[in-house]
Amino acid sequence: MSSPPFASELDLQLCHDCGQVCQSGAIECPRCDALLHHRKPDSLARTWALLITALILYVPANLLPVMYTDMFGSGSENTILSGVIEFWRDGSWDIAVIIFIASVVVPCAKFLVLGVLLVTVQRRSRWAMRERARLYRFIETIGYWSMLDVLVVALVAALVQFRALSTIEPRLGILFFGLVVVLTMIAAMTFDPRLIWDAEINDDRHA
Amino acid sequence: MTDTPEHNAASSAGHPEIRQRRVRISLIWLVPIVAALVGLSMVVQSWLSAGPQITVSFETAEGLEANKTEVKYKNVVIGRVTGINLTEDQTRVVATIDLDQGTEPFTREDAHFWVVRPRIGASGVSGIGTLLSGAYIGADPGQATETRREFLGLEAPPAVTFGVEGKRFTLRTGDLGSLGIGSPLYFRRIPVGQVVSYTLTGDGKGVEVQVFVNAPYDEFVTDDTRFWNASGVDVSVAADGLKVNTESLSAILAGGIAFRAPNYSPNAMSAEEGREFTLYNNVRQAMAPSDGPPHFVQMRFDQTLRGLNVDAPVEFLGVPIGQVVSVKLDYDEQSQSFPVVVGAVVYPNRLGDAYDKLLERLGSDSEQDTVRLFQLLVERGLRAQAKTGNLLTGQLYISLDFDRKAPAVVFDANARPLTIPTIAGRFDKLQDQLQEIVDKLSRLPIESLVDNLDGSLSELRSTLKQVNADVLPQLQRTLEQSEQTLQNANQSLAPDSPERQELGDTLREVQRAVRSVRVLSDYLGRHPEALLRGRNDGAAPGSFEGGATSRELNSEPQP
Repeated sequence: MSSPPFASELDLQLCHDCGQVCQSGAIECPRCDALLHHRKPDSLARTWALLITALILYVPANLLPVMYTDMFGSGSENTILSGVIEFWRDGSWDIAVIIFIASVVVPCAKFLVLGVLLVTVQRRSRWAMRERARLYRFIETIGYWSMLDVLVVALVAALVQFRALSTIEPRLGILFFGLVVVLTMIAAMTFDPRLIWDAEINDDRHA
Repeated sequence: MTDTPEHNAASSAGHPEIRQRRVRISLIWLVPIVAALVGLSMVVQSWLSAGPQITVSFETAEGLEANKTEVKYKNVVIGRVTGINLTEDQTRVVATIDLDQGTEPFTREDAHFWVVRPRIGASGVSGIGTLLSGAYIGADPGQATETRREFLGLEAPPAVTFGVEGKRFTLRTGDLGSLGIGSPLYFRRIPVGQVVSYTLTGDGKGVEVQVFVNAPYDEFVTDDTRFWNASGVDVSVAADGLKVNTESLSAILAGGIAFRAPNYSPNAMSAEEGREFTLYNNVRQAMAPSDGPPHFVQMRFDQTLRGLNVDAPVEFLGVPIGQVVSVKLDYDEQSQSFPVVVGAVVYPNRLGDAYDKLLERLGSDSEQDTVRLFQLLVERGLRAQAKTGNLLTGQLYISLDFDRKAPAVVFDANARPLTIPTIAGRFDKLQDQLQEIVDKLSRLPIESLVDNLDGSLSELRSTLKQVNADVLPQLQRTLEQSEQTLQNANQSLAPDSPERQELGDTLREVQRAVRSVRVLSDYLGRHPEALLRGRNDGAAPGSFEGGATSRELNSEPQP
């Protein structure tokens, strides 16, 4: 195998903050005094915990209404999905698709991808490591798209306040949804993608 | 193989660091636990706060939307429509409603649900707010102890909502007229309540109108109170002029009921809830003394009854005691005739004291006694008769009169309806009598009469001939003689006849004699003593002198 040597084989580790290469025995980075870890500390457990929390919170985020719209005295509360359906029925299929992607597809994709990554890493699987690494980068990129919903509700609730004519108020669901987005983002951040490749080392050693 | 971070850390830093990590592991797992707890608590809370679920069926789901339409009581949201479906037979709409916690009174059996939509009626406009906001479901809690989950939604708001103080009463009437739910109820022209609902009676022979009288006016509904229909305008033309009577403008449009107790019942008690009253057609009927129970009677007439209409009065000795309700033809096989069967309703109570006294003789006031009363009257000669009420229009009415000459009939006390025997009307009697006269006339021996008359006339003629021939010439002669006699008399009375002359002389003598008597009386008047002593001068009065004229007499006695 023509792959370069692993840092652990050279007794080296990387400072997470400044990128300095340090001795693996060192506790603090000699340059920026940050604590040194061979890998992100407790990465799997933290990611799991955050992912599960996000999953739990995703249930009320979808069941509870996110927005209360009051037009000419007729008030109605919408959950995320009912909003999507309403937009779709009204003919604004483009907006419906955007909202659906931002608030349903992206979070679900994150759950799936993170779950798959965590399981495969724990099993030290060597299956499609390159693709998994790419997936990880992908979900890190799209992670904050889901904040679109939260932003829309925040903006609309702040702008549309015409007393009797029409009022829009945020509801509890959007808080949960925001938490889901933030938690999945943190989960993605706490996950150490280098763990994907660690399986390679062990297998090599094993071999 | 064992070249993991854990291994390195364990070898370089010792056990305490590992423990710290284990503590950190448990800490991070607190996050999902807390999230799960929050989620669980929300589930538990929503489960605890969830009220009962009910279904309400409506005619139409117009304005209703699942998850949007609210259920309100006194404008407080108490629930929400969560689903709208059709019934299995597709005739109605079933709205599933999730009520909030603590709304058990709305699941009681007599709770009401209705859709609040904008409504414009004769009695006002309601639900304007729902024009913009969309319909909502109004709810009214009930008082019953039984609860249920399936309700029948009202199509219009109930007229009386829960908690309003007052009393409900039931009014019985023949037809609804222009009344409707929400029609006002007036007491001395003050609106004090309204019509709550109306139903057809079980046998379909009348309408029961439920009314609600608000407190404190419900006190004024006494056991003796009369209700009448105050709808529309009552125009009557009477001897004292044109009368227009109405309650209020809204009663003209929407109909209304008025009530009042008669003035002659001062000690009446306030009526209890749910009492039944009769709804009269107008004030006059309502205020009239009670008619009592009606009795249906039947009469068979063997004559044409042209001019007898339904509602024609039935009079007993001139007192109206009922009216005709049906006029029908029947066929009698035996006599092969078409008798007219007249059905009528009579109110014996209208006879007043007479009825009371008659009943006193018979016993208590019951159906049997009334029948016996009729039997008694019929045995005494009570007969029905169709009489002409109006000679111009030929309108007939039924008159119950005693006819002592009427042939006796058998009164069947068990027959229903009671049958009152009839006799022919007065005009028909007159007709019969005329017929009799004509018959008698036709029986007269006119031909022999004429023969006799002819003989008599010829005799008369011969008599006249005789008269002409014998009597008349004699008469002429007699007349001539009498004329002669008169001529003689005339001659003797002529001015130059000696008889006339003598008569004149005689009269002159008499004149003179009378004059002298006057002179004597004058003298005696002046000298009454002359009767005893005689004349003073001894001379005879001048008038006694012979040949003296009246002129001489007048100038003579000058003392």
